[in-house]
Amino acid sequence: MQTDQILITFFAGVLLLGVLGFFLGRSKAVRVRAGGAHMHSQPGQYAWFTVLSAAGPAVIVAMIAAIVLGLFETAFPGWLAVLGALGLGAFGLFVGLNRVRPELQARDALERAVKWVLIAAASISVLATFGILFSILFEAIRFFQMESFWYFITGTNWAPGDAFLEAAGRGEATEGPSGNFGAVPLFAGTFMITAIAMLVAVPIGVSAAIYMAEYAPNKVRDVAKPVLEVLAGIPTVVYGFFAAITVAPLIVSAADAVGLDASFNNALAPGVVMGIMIIPFISSLSDDVISSVPSAMRQGSLALGTTRNETIRHVVLPAALPGIISATLLGVSRALGETMIVVMAAGMRPNLTANPLEDMTTVTVSIVSALTGDNEFESAATLSAFALGLVLFVITLALNFVSVIMIRRFREKYAVNAL
Amino acid sequence: MAQSLDDISRQLKKRHRRSAQMKWLSMSALIAAGVFLVLFLTDMLIKGLPAFQQGYIEVEIDYSERAAELPLAAVQADVRDLVSRGYLRLIPGRMAENESLLGTQRMEWVLADDEVDQYLKGRQTGLKDKQIAVIDRLAEQGRAELKFNTGFFTNGDSKLPEMAGLASAAIGSVLVLIVTLAFAFPVGVMTAVYLEEFAPDNRFTRFLEININNLAAIPSILFGLLGLAIFINFFGVPRSSALAGGLTLGLMTLPIIIITSRAALSAVPDSIRHAAFGVGATRWQAVRDHVLPLSMPGIFTGSIIGLAQALGETAPLIIIGMIAYIPDAPTSFTQAATVLPAQIFTWAGMPESSYVERTAAGILVLLTVLISLNATAVYLRKKFEHRW
Repeated sequence: MQTDQILITFFAGVLLLGVLGFFLGRSKAVRVRAGGAHMHSQPGQYAWFTVLSAAGPAVIVAMIAAIVLGLFETAFPGWLAVLGALGLGAFGLFVGLNRVRPELQARDALERAVKWVLIAAASISVLATFGILFSILFEAIRFFQMESFWYFITGTNWAPGDAFLEAAGRGEATEGPSGNFGAVPLFAGTFMITAIAMLVAVPIGVSAAIYMAEYAPNKVRDVAKPVLEVLAGIPTVVYGFFAAITVAPLIVSAADAVGLDASFNNALAPGVVMGIMIIPFISSLSDDVISSVPSAMRQGSLALGTTRNETIRHVVLPAALPGIISATLLGVSRALGETMIVVMAAGMRPNLTANPLEDMTTVTVSIVSALTGDNEFESAATLSAFALGLVLFVITLALNFVSVIMIRRFREKYAVNAL
Repeated sequence: MAQSLDDISRQLKKRHRRSAQMKWLSMSALIAAGVFLVLFLTDMLIKGLPAFQQGYIEVEIDYSERAAELPLAAVQADVRDLVSRGYLRLIPGRMAENESLLGTQRMEWVLADDEVDQYLKGRQTGLKDKQIAVIDRLAEQGRAELKFNTGFFTNGDSKLPEMAGLASAAIGSVLVLIVTLAFAFPVGVMTAVYLEEFAPDNRFTRFLEININNLAAIPSILFGLLGLAIFINFFGVPRSSALAGGLTLGLMTLPIIIITSRAALSAVPDSIRHAAFGVGATRWQAVRDHVLPLSMPGIFTGSIIGLAQALGETAPLIIIGMIAYIPDAPTSFTQAATVLPAQIFTWAGMPESSYVERTAAGILVLLTVLISLNATAVYLRKKFEHRW
């Protein structure tokens, strides 16, 4: 049976069991109550009790079976798992129905079950985080068994293609670590493009936040906020197309005009466009932070005879600084992990240079090219994507962590609860 | 040395001037962002609008027996290169379907080749002088025209630019979003209900909260790595399928739905809960019958915003192989599919210049859908928002 047939059979079966459980459970409860017995709970609660005792075991068995099948693909055929799960569900339905009696505390049982279902749902987000961590970690460890970790961190030659040729028996075959996976040029390219993006995003984002929090009349705010949010809502693939088709040629001709030589895949175009994308992330958090600096501080400063400018520069901004730094760090982490803009507008060639007009590549571009190529999954060239992913994961998580701590400090210092 | 009053007033003027400068400076940042948005949208409109029209030419189609074997023979030699090869390929099939066509000759409006289309739109092309002369002659006779490009909305992807359309990607997007919503909405709302209504203030709860914030900060491409390693390699979900894509995007959308749902739940005042407890409701009954219905508008708004974000996401889908060439729309969740932004990405990488306007037109379609989704969310919030 195909995967989709198995899934459809299972969901239809569980649904059928559930509906059956609901009506059988309720009709039995109604019958018992009509017989004059004093019931502990409402008929609807007995109905849901029966539904849970039928669907619960079926779903749990199916989940265990899916995990076992994931580990050992040929342990047993998929249809057997569906049959087993639905069979157990039918048995559960029978047992549950049998337990529908006046003294059964269905309401309390239901309450406990609901709580556990909710806890299970909440755990999925934890599973997702750990799923990401471990799926990346395990593959990255396999990569570092093939290649040297130290060279990965410090080496300057990134040539997965050569590694592929060597594996195929062409090119110069080397024993052990190949020296083709030195990621420093990728880190440098990522850093360069992120730095350009932040040079665009931080001044514009923070200034816009200052204007909106301190100067703008409400009418302007009501227009400006959605406009900035539109910038955040534009898909990154669209920004990528814009950077590659419109901005990059502009930069090339501008560079030509002043006698400089620029590549069509220069780092400036994706950097600037990425900066524009990040403006709203910085401005909206900074705006919130600046707005929640207590107005007593502004009034105190203004009462001393300072101008508005001086109050903002010497009182409001220093107070809001942790929040602004926090916003900036979030912006940096977004820039580091941004993929589509650089895939479409930045180069593919690892290039260790300080010239933003040259083409260079980034960590995310290398992840995409490693996983969309024709390489075998087990090869070092493919697994290198997971090593790069691990670096990205650790750095963005650290940035997020610091940013959360800064925001918490700000909140505690000024007793602000709105953030 | 004491300052004279003159000095002080001069200084004061300077300080006030600075203050005014600061205001204008900060305002110009906002204006810069607005100007960029306008420039960007104009650029996309200029590039993309022409693609909503497509060049057609009227030529004589000869449904001869030879044409059934060799479709090129159906049109005269001088316009042979000007007609879309995709259209010609369909001729034998149509003849087999409708036998009365055999032996007839008639004038028909047919889809023109992409180079002809570009020429009619006044762009540089690689057409030869002789071909241009033919097109000019046809145009003079009113036999070469730009018409509304319905194929763009009804065709799937194609290697021929004039045949390429968004339909299969749009259907792929719908399938992916169904999976995303079916996964992220219940799980997200249940998580929010647990955290707001049931969870005790203990370590596990705080851990959950930190974890959800982290999940929101993880770069989207890493969700693609998760999808590849867990859903595809471990659970054996078919690669490139709407199921794999939807689950991956579902995990990404989860934190957005959780955070907005929590905000909506906590906006419901405690008096509602107390009243429910007061008449003997259990916690779950209070939530199900009172708190949840009251917070539904907020939860829907948040979910629509999350969906809009999932609709525009590309990076994780590339990793799980959803940039495959899909000419026919997928009919099930486990078939290979592609989505709108991935289609845009594929077209953006095509060498033919006529794909540029299709890419921009695809972007216009995507932006229109996104803006209407967001507008719906804002409308819902405005209409049903409860001020307590």
